[in-house]
Amino acid sequence: MSTLTFLLMDAPYEQARTSTAFRLIDSALRRKVGVRVFAYEGAVSLAMTGQKPHANAVHGRTLEEEAHPTPHAWVAALGAMAQENGVPFDWVNCGLCVDERGANEVVPCTRRGSPADFWKMTLESANTLVIPTR
Amino acid sequence: MSKYLLIESRDPFEAKCFSQRCELALTLLTESTGVTVFLVENAVLGARAGAKAPGLEKLAKAGVQLLADEFALRERGIQELAPHVTAAPLDSLVGALASGAKTLWN
Repeated sequence: MSTLTFLLMDAPYEQARTSTAFRLIDSALRRKVGVRVFAYEGAVSLAMTGQKPHANAVHGRTLEEEAHPTPHAWVAALGAMAQENGVPFDWVNCGLCVDERGANEVVPCTRRGSPADFWKMTLESANTLVIPTR
Repeated sequence: MSKYLLIESRDPFEAKCFSQRCELALTLLTESTGVTVFLVENAVLGARAGAKAPGLEKLAKAGVQLLADEFALRERGIQELAPHVTAAPLDSLVGALASGAKTLWN
């Protein structure tokens, strides 16, 4: 089974790059291509379970109507899809970056690691896409 | 000889480096079996019919394949494309990645 590695660097709620990356990962899992993600720097906050959806007082929308997306739910959904499809999915959060940000409470389908994990991921994958921050 | 895939996410009318990326694509063309530039996010603004994006036209004339993310086009209300650009699903990027194309994101 083919596997792809993605390196993400952007913090949640900041850049279109994050949603494009999630779309790519979603496509890979639907094609039954294994996915490895190394979340570096601000991207370690993508999997934080403390994110809360909110209502929109300006537009008069309730919490339910606003349906504000939370990236940690997307990460969890990708993990669940991988499991359903029987596809490998390994999401590693850079430990140093986690400690810097206090981003310790994360969805269960992710784990703590180091840049050495990224190196191993690249060796074990058909290809690697680095999506850098600017 | 490798295949190259350049993913461009920046608005070509705003990002100074866009022309440098076009130069890179042309250089890679001389030492590869094919170069594809895949426009995502605001980079698709250069794919609109009537857009003055000479860098993209030059690439197309040289033989670089130009693709634009269908979703990003829809998000920006772009329905008519320049003749040298083809709309494509993001899924096709996954296929290119899995086949081992050397890929660079900008």
